Amino acid sequence: MHAALRAILRPLPLAVPSLWLALLVAAPLLVVLVLAFAWPAESVPPIAPPWGAEGPNTEPFALVLEDSFYHAAFAQAALVAAGTAALCLLLGFPMAMGLARARPAWRLPLLMAVLLPFWTGFLPRLGAWIGLLRDEGWVNTVLQSLGLITDPLPLLYSWPALFLGMAHAYLPFAVLPLYASLSRRDPAMEEAAADLGATPWAVFRTVTLPLAAPGAAAAFLLVFIPAAGEYVIPELLGPPGAQLVGRVLWQEFFQNRDWPVAAALAVLLLLALLLPILLFQRLEARR
Amino acid sequence: MSRGTGQGGMARLGLMLGLGFLWLPVLLLAGYAFSGSRIPFQWGGFSLRWFAALAENERLLEAAWLSLRVALGSATLAVLLGGATGWVLARRGPFRGRALFGVLAGAPLVLPDVVMGLSLLLLFVLLEGATGWPAGRGATTILLAHATIGAAYVAVLAQARLAEMAPELEEAARDLGAGPATAFATVTLPLMAPSLAAGWLLAFTLSLDDVVVASFVSGPAGTTLPMVVFSMLRLGLTPEVNALAVIILALAGLGGGLALLAMRGLRSL
Repeated sequence: MHAALRAILRPLPLAVPSLWLALLVAAPLLVVLVLAFAWPAESVPPIAPPWGAEGPNTEPFALVLEDSFYHAAFAQAALVAAGTAALCLLLGFPMAMGLARARPAWRLPLLMAVLLPFWTGFLPRLGAWIGLLRDEGWVNTVLQSLGLITDPLPLLYSWPALFLGMAHAYLPFAVLPLYASLSRRDPAMEEAAADLGATPWAVFRTVTLPLAAPGAAAAFLLVFIPAAGEYVIPELLGPPGAQLVGRVLWQEFFQNRDWPVAAALAVLLLLALLLPILLFQRLEARR
Repeated sequence: MSRGTGQGGMARLGLMLGLGFLWLPVLLLAGYAFSGSRIPFQWGGFSLRWFAALAENERLLEAAWLSLRVALGSATLAVLLGGATGWVLARRGPFRGRALFGVLAGAPLVLPDVVMGLSLLLLFVLLEGATGWPAGRGATTILLAHATIGAAYVAVLAQARLAEMAPELEEAARDLGAGPATAFATVTLPLMAPSLAAGWLLAFTLSLDDVVVASFVSGPAGTTLPMVVFSMLRLGLTPEVNALAVIILALAGLGGGLALLAMRGLRSL
């Protein structure tokens, strides 16, 4: 190859992705931090930069840090994310155990059976839950025709509906890492414990669970991190009182058109998630 | 096998219950898509009326066409960028800023959608104010956003794939007289190919499924299919969404079959 051409081409494999990451990953995060100090304005876009005559605006951060409405938004998001992750572990652990213990020939088809429902698309699956849970929906129709209830139960737009939808959406995030860690360990350990006289519960508690703990911690975080910023599920299935930070950010941006407050919320959400993200990376690095 | 530990039966039961939970809404949705009733999830005899209604819904078809183009474009761009990123992380060796490069490459995987969407939108607005580009928001900005997210997934897959492969393979090619470009094209790229194919499918699917990021970075001119479906669900479900899900499931089944083939290829290499 011509030397000059080589001098041009050689740095490209590093330069192109670096440029992309700088422009579309690093720059947006810097911009959101800077514009959290911008001023709301009656213009298009509805924002006046923080480097104008007025200087930076500390109001958005002050508001979000002081107003109890925003505190509640973060607290709710943390509770919903933790609850969802716990639900997914509870449901996903026996599933992963079943997968790990299945005959090898059955494992791939069963794994496919776990993943296949997700190919209907995220929104149509939520639509299915709406159709199941609404007043004239499938669950209420069945209960009414069995004579168990006379008036439809208000199932949709409730906390249980919210958690049901969240667990359904995030369950594979828990099953896959649990399965990965359970299928790696040696079943002889449990057999040894059983041979030495341990009851099934004692085997589970003293052998299976401790061995699976790092995988379970990874699974918990893998659900917790994306669930904490969730907007769509609380909006479509949750009660009006479910004002999670993702939903509040959306409303500040789209309904109130208060871009600086939305940006401040984004920065704080990111900071709040930094600890679980770092924890997750340490867990992954150790495995 | 876990003979004698007494856990096998419980695990099997748990797996069946979990699969039932995952499948119940999907099966009901697929069945009721063929119901003639106006009320969703009430049986009104076999009918294809919702598929017919879908075919006549101009707004939805237009959005589906836009989504398809964005998904094709962004997945392809994601493979090019993510493939290069994965190669840099696995093969480039040390360079200044490598740690930062790694953090930025993985960031889209852990950033919440609302943060990703808002920050990209603010960047596009600022860029437009400063340089005039991008002029307005729509297909192009959604494509760039989806390519950025997709590339992060492709990079992870490509890096993992290359990490499994001995670097001696490329070194052998170089020792035998191949230039860096030839060694890359004849050794590295074929090794990466299955992960790039899987990554393309993943990026394509993520793009077709995304409503949050697209809503932020889109303008009046760019309404994607998930955005239309989301507004339909917000207003109360119409059975058309069920019919749409059946079509997506059929297409995804096709894509999944291809992914499975790609995985086979990954293992046989």
